[in-house]
Amino acid sequence: MRVLFFGRLAEIAGGREQAAPDTIPSLSALVGHLTQADAMLGEALAGKGVRAAVNKTIVTGDAPLKSGDEIAFMPPLSGG
Amino acid sequence: MSVSIQARAFDIAAELAALEASGAGAVASFVGLVRGGDDLVALELEHYPGFTEAEIARIEAAARERFDLIDTRIVHRYGAMRPGEAIVLVAASSKHRRDALLAVDFLMDYLKTDAPFWKREIRADGAQWIEPRADDRVARAAWETKT
Repeated sequence: MRVLFFGRLAEIAGGREQAAPDTIPSLSALVGHLTQADAMLGEALAGKGVRAAVNKTIVTGDAPLKSGDEIAFMPPLSGG
Repeated sequence: MSVSIQARAFDIAAELAALEASGAGAVASFVGLVRGGDDLVALELEHYPGFTEAEIARIEAAARERFDLIDTRIVHRYGAMRPGEAIVLVAASSKHRRDALLAVDFLMDYLKTDAPFWKREIRADGAQWIEPRADDRVARAAWETKT
């Protein structure tokens, strides 16, 4: 699965995109996986106003993930 | 109706001409520029291709539901832009002017707070991510109580 980061999250993650193992079953497990690899990123993902989207649809709370999914982590947006 | 999210500059006259061809009695438009001052070198906008377009299309749909419009056009740029460059164009056409004028105001108020862009101000001494201003949020919220 592809993991995308936007805004300051991309800076903290060290890039806009990462690959994650397709065996990760859920959004919460993905956050755990990312946090284990990079505690600072984990802290940023848990920050106020950070939203997640699975395949370009915003999800609230946890969500199941499957092979080929595109997960995006978005900090508070700046607007147009 | 159409939404374009693009890096390249846009031709205001050409964009408006498309609305004029729709048989309307009025075309209202707004062009937003990168505001200069405070030693701003550039404004950098990032978007989420596909997602940003879809969210802006939702804002546009809300405007079309609320106002009696014939057509709309939204062009928003991303990438690095210098002070004075046009960054956004919002235009609406209608039979009579009031709906077009109000729709442009409504669209801009929602774009300012809800459009999925991440902006960074680049200055000589560093860069800073920015969030919507408090008065932008107030302007957007006002539409929710207006009839």
